Amino acid sequence: MSQRLAECFQNARREKRTLFCPFLTAGYPRMEFLPRMLLALQESGAGCVEMGFPFSDPIADGPVIQESYRVALERGATVEKIIGAVRHARESGLRIPLLAMASFSILFRYGTEDFAEACAYAGVDGLILPDLPLEEAPPVVRTIGIRGLAASLLIAPGTDPARRARIAELCTGFVYYLSVSGITGERSALPPDIVSNLAQLRKLTDRPVCVGFGISQPRQVRSLRGLADGVIVGSAIIRRLTEESARPEPDYAQAVREFSSALAVELRKNEPGNGQSQYTR
Amino acid sequence: MTTLPSTNEAAPRLSSRRLLDNYKPGPASCDVPDAKGYFGPYGGVYVPETLMAAVQQLSAEYDRARRDPEFQAQLDYYLREFAGRPTPLYFARRLTELAGGAKIYLKREDLAHTGAHKINNTIGQGLLTLRMGKKRVIAETGAGQHGVATATVAAAFGLSCDVYMGSEDIRRQSLNVFRMRLLGARVAAVETGARTLKDATNEALRDWMGSVAHTHYIIGSVVGPHPFPRIVRDFQSVIGKETRAQSQHLFGRSPDAIVACVGGGSNAAGIFYPFIEETNVKLFGVEAGGRGWEPGRHAASLLRGQPGVLHGTLSYILQNAEGQTADVHSVSAGLDYPGVGPEHAYWKDTQRAQYAAVSDDEALEAFGVLAKQEGIIPALESAHAVAFAIRQARTMKKDQTLVINLSGRGDKDCMEVSRLRESHAPNAGKGN
Repeated sequence: MSQRLAECFQNARREKRTLFCPFLTAGYPRMEFLPRMLLALQESGAGCVEMGFPFSDPIADGPVIQESYRVALERGATVEKIIGAVRHARESGLRIPLLAMASFSILFRYGTEDFAEACAYAGVDGLILPDLPLEEAPPVVRTIGIRGLAASLLIAPGTDPARRARIAELCTGFVYYLSVSGITGERSALPPDIVSNLAQLRKLTDRPVCVGFGISQPRQVRSLRGLADGVIVGSAIIRRLTEESARPEPDYAQAVREFSSALAVELRKNEPGNGQSQYTR
Repeated sequence: MTTLPSTNEAAPRLSSRRLLDNYKPGPASCDVPDAKGYFGPYGGVYVPETLMAAVQQLSAEYDRARRDPEFQAQLDYYLREFAGRPTPLYFARRLTELAGGAKIYLKREDLAHTGAHKINNTIGQGLLTLRMGKKRVIAETGAGQHGVATATVAAAFGLSCDVYMGSEDIRRQSLNVFRMRLLGARVAAVETGARTLKDATNEALRDWMGSVAHTHYIIGSVVGPHPFPRIVRDFQSVIGKETRAQSQHLFGRSPDAIVACVGGGSNAAGIFYPFIEETNVKLFGVEAGGRGWEPGRHAASLLRGQPGVLHGTLSYILQNAEGQTADVHSVSAGLDYPGVGPEHAYWKDTQRAQYAAVSDDEALEAFGVLAKQEGIIPALESAHAVAFAIRQARTMKKDQTLVINLSGRGDKDCMEVSRLRESHAPNAGKGN
């Protein structure tokens, strides 16, 4: 896997830190803000960033991310523009790992080899492959691996243990554990089995494990500290950007910086009783 | 890394361009799909991991069911006693005279219970739902025929039912919305995208992401992730098997040509499949030509699309160069879909079936022609097949035979056709 990504998670594990991994839709609300928003996330203490390539038919996404994809595409987001914006962010000092989430519909039509080469050129460290199950993933993982990109595949609450092990084995980036069975979007409560599932998963594999889907509140983020290598928050940030766009003088970089800081800090609290996981006995 | 296949071997499945450049199809086989759900290079399973447990459970249950004589007996019972099968193969004397060529026969799926072929599939998948112990079914629908067929089976089998339907389709197929609600189903209006079949399918898949444990998704066509294209084809194959037996009985041999409309392609797959190895039977699939060949004005995925991935399967898709799904149009809500079943992609490439397009205007004309010539009002979807069949029959000899799969009845379309006729638009179609 990419050196930057590997080192980031190795360091975090050695220092017993759980990384905060915010999500952005590339091109939402506008492409020109993407480099500054990525840098703002880095300043806010994010450990790595997940960036969604907008797609016309995202079946794993709830209304908030769907709408951001629609708007981004309507405003002309293309692979080329996204690659340009990411490259610009890297040249402007973005050092944290960046993972791109892209539907296989995009990879297949663009050409998996070409897409991977473009991402690697821009400074993307890996791809999250949300609609490639174990059965279809191996040739894609291999092809993007040749271009220096790590692959992250999904494990769902309903995935049986033998299959979890095989998926984790195939991941060259982090393992993406879905906290809920369902689509992306904020949930008031996370399922209680998340603790045992994450513990079991970390016994099953040495690969870093990040947990996402349904996580939005500081309390939820805090409760996952120590249970996973990273915590992903998506819809809540996109919703914050949508709110910002309604303001007279929107400052998107500042909005994500504030939002991300408030959540990232939850994973750095070490005082007992303060940062204590609600699940820790 | 040693377990991974070589890049060369998998190359066609990595890029649309490579697939077309590298793939040299042989003759079509009926021994498809393979264990991974591929028809040649098409098909497969491209869905989030969340759905994999349910998809695999369905595969396993279907494998058990099709070897189980009790399941076959149940299926036969409901097809016969509930759906009213077999449906007639009817000689369309006046349509034959009008066309002035081959003898035209109509496979009367419009006479099946609920008024379309969709019931064949929903009975089968309804029985699978019971076998899996699930209590709720969901469905997407365009014209509303699959929604009605799902709601019907849910009522008959005591299952809870939610149907997703684009709000544009709810408007143009309001009769079917009323029928679904009467049958006890909840109809959810989908307001995303173009508010048609593709968007309804997205919403049904999203529902299933969160409800897989107790819900079965009855996909209505030969699309979606494996094993759906295979299961739906198998359940619809009763159309082709009956047609074959009835042809023998009526004229002592198989027909020379079979014509069926293709949206997702379930009625076409059902009537084509039993004839795949009878290569002297010509198979014609008719896509929606809409209002012209400009992007967004038609829904002819096989004629104008490229290999791509949509709704869990690799097939011909109408999409842009970056994989974003294109806008499509058809006067017929059931054909208004940017993808097509992977087996049709396979039949196209192997040239086992030929595909053509019929415009909105031609379909609307054929809608009236069949009504006046034969006393049968076809669904607007089926009217596409009728329009092409009249053209095709003219090129054939009088001792030849052509079968049209009359996939559904047109009551649901009467309001919309009346509206279109009153609007006097030179290019009739959906307004905007």
